[in-house]
Amino acid sequence: MDLRVEFAGLVLKNPIITASGTFGFGLEFMNFGDLKRLGGIVVKGLSLKPREGNPMPRIVETPCGMLNAIGIQNPGVEAFVRDKLPLLPWRETAIIANLYACSAQEFGDLTGVLAGEEGVAALEVNVSCPNVQSGGAAFGQDPAQITKVTEEVKKRAVGKPVIVKLSPNVTDIALCARAAEAGGADAVSLINTLLGMAVDIRTRKPRLANVVGGLSGPAIKPVALRCVHQVCRAVKIPVIGIGGIVSAEDALEFILVGASAVQVGTANFIRPDMAFRMVDDLPRTMLKARAQTIAELKGSLELP
Amino acid sequence: MVVRNCREVKVRELRFLGVWEGPSDFVELTLENPGWEGYRPGQFAMLRPKHWGLELSWGRPFSISRADEESVTFFFQVVGRGTERLTRLLPGDEVIVWGPLGNGFSAPEETPTLLLAGGMGIAPFRGYIERHPTPEFLRLVFAHRAGIDSYPYQMMKDKVRAEAIHEKTPDDLPTIIERIEAEVAGAHGGLVLACGPLPFLKTIQQAAKLHQVRAELSLERSMACGVGACLGCVCKDGQDKHVQVCARGPVFKADDVHL
Ligand SMILES: Cc1cc2nc3c(=O)[nH]c(=O)nc-3n(C[C@H](O)[C@H](O)[C@H](O)COP(=O)(O)OP(=O)(O)OC[C@H]3O[C@@H](n4cnc5c(N)ncnc54)[C@H](O)[C@@H]3O)c2cc1C
Ligand SMILES: Cc1cc2nc3c(=O)[nH]c(=O)nc-3n(C[C@H](O)[C@H](O)[C@H](O)COP(=O)(O)O)c2cc1C
Ligand code: FES
Repeated sequence: MDLRVEFAGLVLKNPIITASGTFGFGLEFMNFGDLKRLGGIVVKGLSLKPREGNPMPRIVETPCGMLNAIGIQNPGVEAFVRDKLPLLPWRETAIIANLYACSAQEFGDLTGVLAGEEGVAALEVNVSCPNVQSGGAAFGQDPAQITKVTEEVKKRAVGKPVIVKLSPNVTDIALCARAAEAGGADAVSLINTLLGMAVDIRTRKPRLANVVGGLSGPAIKPVALRCVHQVCRAVKIPVIGIGGIVSAEDALEFILVGASAVQVGTANFIRPDMAFRMVDDLPRTMLKARAQTIAELKGSLELP
Repeated sequence: MVVRNCREVKVRELRFLGVWEGPSDFVELTLENPGWEGYRPGQFAMLRPKHWGLELSWGRPFSISRADEESVTFFFQVVGRGTERLTRLLPGDEVIVWGPLGNGFSAPEETPTLLLAGGMGIAPFRGYIERHPTPEFLRLVFAHRAGIDSYPYQMMKDKVRAEAIHEKTPDDLPTIIERIEAEVAGAHGGLVLACGPLPFLKTIQQAAKLHQVRAELSLERSMACGVGACLGCVCKDGQDKHVQVCARGPVFKADDVHL
């Protein structure tokens, strides 16, 4: 059985990639499985300078999901390149850097630091993080800004594939995908978290210090699947499906509607070996879908 | 006996062996031996019964109360959805467990060590007392609200010097706080280890600073991953930097953490 996928200049062993912010820098999960078996790892969002992130509390469990407002706490791109990247098995598994910035210029500079790194297989541009008031949200909701940021990153990426990660907190996500495509994106990934909120009647306070946060987990899967379906019909570039994927079967659903690969996020919290188990389950699940290769399954959804 | 290497943190599916349900929703839960004989008291594990389905997104963190060649024991109070469901386990059910996680308490030999436990904060000290090389140097002071029979106190009192202080009504609180402060002051030259609710830890932190007593505090946070990856459980350290309680703690030096 052939689990390999090829898109946007990437060749992955299988379509299972871990999602940004849910798998740390990968190293936190080395005890739970062989990182080399994953199709790819998207590391925690990186900014030019270190960020302390939002105040606590930052996470709330909700039915079939969770809210987070971490605020892109990270040690900065240079510390990542120096301290984390050399420890990752980047020759065997695609390590994808996730970029977070507050201006097109800053996105460009961030790209400049990563473009020369042999260990980085691709760049994922977060234009959709809803957590930081002054941050990426503005880009993600404005197609013109998406095009501009994509162009800026593409210009300095020196041939590294650029994946634009889209926010679902927009009226028309297909329009945003087209904007990324117009800016020269090699692929789009979606969805990032849905903006949500939780309150406590006893304290009469929001449960997140940031008041609002991003909803993720199985609760958002139907929304994510719909978004991926719409975007796959709107653009020619490859699409990576994200949102509520907790099993190999879920992964194949996204591939069926047209995704080239998927990312697994909140499911890593159900158990820390989840992504590895999904890789193990993939062949068996493909038999259920009567498929021998991922390629023959991709986009084979039969519409009425 | 071969002590297996506890540096090896794995996900295991462990058979549930039984519970002891004490008064007022206190539960002791025992799972088959995960090979954690060499764990460091103060470390914890994430627990999630296999049949939980998708409604609850996270495992639940609990201090390892004790571990031996046969089994590992956790001690908890029912406070919400997850702990309530944990009481419904049946013998033979499998629980997904990852651990031992975090750093644990220091256990220096022949050092007078005061263990300050508040309520459920008694859990990690059971194993601490059992495996301490010089238990005659330990003393336990246990502040509690529920009846003393709800806690594994008696079996600890049989092993080390121990005293319990009962908070029967909120009116008892000022006296208890004074007592805790006096205990910390009296521990000068030794070591204080504390686990309990936040106000309890704050009292101890302040007293330790005032009287220059070496102290370690075990913190609690909501946790999603338990392994340092999600950054949902942070606190501020002495340099005002956000650090993960699950990976850098849960035990912090009292002068290197903001409560
Ligand atoms: C490192 C670590 C070790 C821990 N060790 C123990 C232990 O040995 N024994 C133990 O009983 N607990 C321990 N806890 C706390 C335990 O993890 C929580 O009580 C548990 O996760 C609650 O889950 P739940 O689903 O029942 O509650 P949830 O449904 O998640 O929460 C229900 C309600 O309970 C409140 N709540 C959450 N935690 C507590 C708490 N600790 N006390 C009172 N109310 C709470 C929540 O704010 C919420 O309002 C530990 C926590 C950490 C981080
Ligand atoms: C705790 C947490 C932190 C996250 N951090 C980031 C981040 O730094 N950058 C980013 O692009 N997405 C981040 N995300 C979004 C996820 O990568 C993913 O898009 C989203 O959670 C939906 O997928 P899921 O339902 O599988 O979790 C984060 C999500 C969670 C739950
Ligand atoms: S619980 Fe995820 S970092 Fe601590």
